[in-house]
Amino acid sequence: MSAPQTLYEKIWNAHVVEQREDGTCLIFIDRHLVHEVTSPQAFEGLRVAGRRVRRPDLTLAVPDHNLPTTARLDANGNNIPIADPESAQQLEALERNAPEFGIAYIDATDVKQGIVHVVGPEQGFSLPGTTIVCGDSHTACHGGLGALAFGIGTSEVEHVLATQTLQLSQSKSMEVRVEGELGPGVSAKDVVLHITGVLGASGGTGHVIEYTGSVIRALSIEGRLTISNMAIEHGARAGLVAPDDVTFAYLKGRPMAPKGNQWDAAVAYWRSLATDAGAVYDKVVHINAADIAPSVTWGTSPEDVLPITGVVPDPSSFADPSKQTAAQKSLDYMGLTPGTLMTDISVENIFIGSCTNSRIEDLRAAAAVLKGRKKADNVKWAIVVPGSGLVKQMAEAEGLDRIFMEAGLEWREPGCSACLGMNPDKVPAGERCASTSNRNFVGRQGPGARTHLVSPAMAAAAAVTGRLTDVRALMD
Amino acid sequence: MQPISSVKGKAYPLGLKNVDTDIIIPAAWLKTISRSGLGKGAFQTLRSLPGNVFDDPAYAGAPILIAGDNFGCGSSREHAAWAMADLGISAVIAPSFSDIFSGNAFKNGLLAIVLPQDAIDRLMEVAKTDDIHIDLETQTVTTPFQDRFAFEIDPFRKHCLINGVDEIGLTLKSSDAISAYENKLSASQPWLSPNQA
Repeated sequence: MSAPQTLYEKIWNAHVVEQREDGTCLIFIDRHLVHEVTSPQAFEGLRVAGRRVRRPDLTLAVPDHNLPTTARLDANGNNIPIADPESAQQLEALERNAPEFGIAYIDATDVKQGIVHVVGPEQGFSLPGTTIVCGDSHTACHGGLGALAFGIGTSEVEHVLATQTLQLSQSKSMEVRVEGELGPGVSAKDVVLHITGVLGASGGTGHVIEYTGSVIRALSIEGRLTISNMAIEHGARAGLVAPDDVTFAYLKGRPMAPKGNQWDAAVAYWRSLATDAGAVYDKVVHINAADIAPSVTWGTSPEDVLPITGVVPDPSSFADPSKQTAAQKSLDYMGLTPGTLMTDISVENIFIGSCTNSRIEDLRAAAAVLKGRKKADNVKWAIVVPGSGLVKQMAEAEGLDRIFMEAGLEWREPGCSACLGMNPDKVPAGERCASTSNRNFVGRQGPGARTHLVSPAMAAAAAVTGRLTDVRALMD
Repeated sequence: MQPISSVKGKAYPLGLKNVDTDIIIPAAWLKTISRSGLGKGAFQTLRSLPGNVFDDPAYAGAPILIAGDNFGCGSSREHAAWAMADLGISAVIAPSFSDIFSGNAFKNGLLAIVLPQDAIDRLMEVAKTDDIHIDLETQTVTTPFQDRFAFEIDPFRKHCLINGVDEIGLTLKSSDAISAYENKLSASQPWLSPNQA
């Protein structure tokens, strides 16, 4: 009998094509998502070398980063051209490259279009037990379904296109176990912000993290995707949640998911992937759900996390001298003074969206807070960007769009949007944004923009009061 | 990839921890469809500050960068490695790197050398006045003051860097093994060939 294995080891071992003497493995890739930003140079490389795409049937292309989130069709149903010539050029390149190399392409005006990490699970393209890559660090997201999913650079995109494999060394394994019950107003986003605060931005470096425990088991797939999405923000190569009945119920009937007898065979295989009793992780971290409050970031690294009830820290309170320097730089950039109550910080911008928090459950959570309320006068710009056309359609069927618009928020078309501001959606220099995205880096949402990462319910609460707010104060 | 076995010269003593990919190259520069010309946007935010190391004549043209923990965290953008190479940087020395950045650096023949913080502190001092020498063959970083720091590197990566291996070409030699794997997979997990929507 073989030794007990973790979920990660099982998926890894099932994908080894060849192992070199030095331990490096040639790993087969089951699913490759392609978007317009990190692929043009890869396709160009193939063209120059006269290489083809080995498995176009395992590859799916969707534009998301550059797309404006304003209307894409005019009153006559014609495409509205993209104003920024560089964005337009990048989209045209993908539009040209996908058919040239035989890859399925979801057009910007297709209802299935959206952020790659929303589209993959939604279409049933992302499946448990698979290896999934994309030229985007938030590919870790798909780990919420129990897939080994990770971001790659453009050279690796080219390598996967040409060979459907990657040369990789196995990572270490880590278990992050979250036990207990989440309090009111505490969501999956708060859990992952809290984990990032505990581990630090490099705490997971060199590891693949499996999130376990009663809190993770009780989460919906949307919540699990949110957690795994931010595995990269604590440095992990990938995040994983063991597939279970919640996963199977989510996937069943999705357009690209297995059907009929194959479905039953697939579920039987997926059930066998759970970490065996007695399997050993290289590192284990325990988190108590009772310690997790609605959370918010104060600095310019995702590890700069506080409960909303906290105060802006004094840089001298950190033990590590390099963290003291970093904290001072962060406070200067963020325009914050130590000792300030987080709930006294006013915000002028609200962004609800991104691959972390743009699924239907996220929009429902934000709408529940905004229903019957208005945004504060000092909030100048507040947008809700659904993760895909299908999320948008579902939200509109539920009347969520009307709740947002009646509250004074804008209801937009799907895409990455103000998470990184490659399209026109940017936060002005010196202004603050309560954002449901995943990074609060310097200049991330626009040059000089000041980002506070929060959950969808917390972003909605900030929209109502015009300052960072404990959403629990607005709950019945 | 061009073969690379050593780097010798001045080093930018940056020292910052958590230098993320948005700091290395902001998103506005990602709209290119080419790999070249990104040096102009490299470290743009830092270079807008007076007294930054990149515009200090003492370090002009330095081929080495010394940084703090978790260098290259954040996005998967290979533009970060392209931008640094375009700026003339051939090696980064830091206590740790994000996994994706170190992979991207490797693919572009940019050395990502891991040394402990006390070695970094010493090299930051040396860099103010003298050259630093990285030798990949012997896996050492040395200074004119008899400092000698040994570093680890994945043997496969070392081999590829020193020999300038075309990794895709290398993998394509395993085409038969990949085909055999695919055949086995389509029998055991037929659902993996997706029903195209």
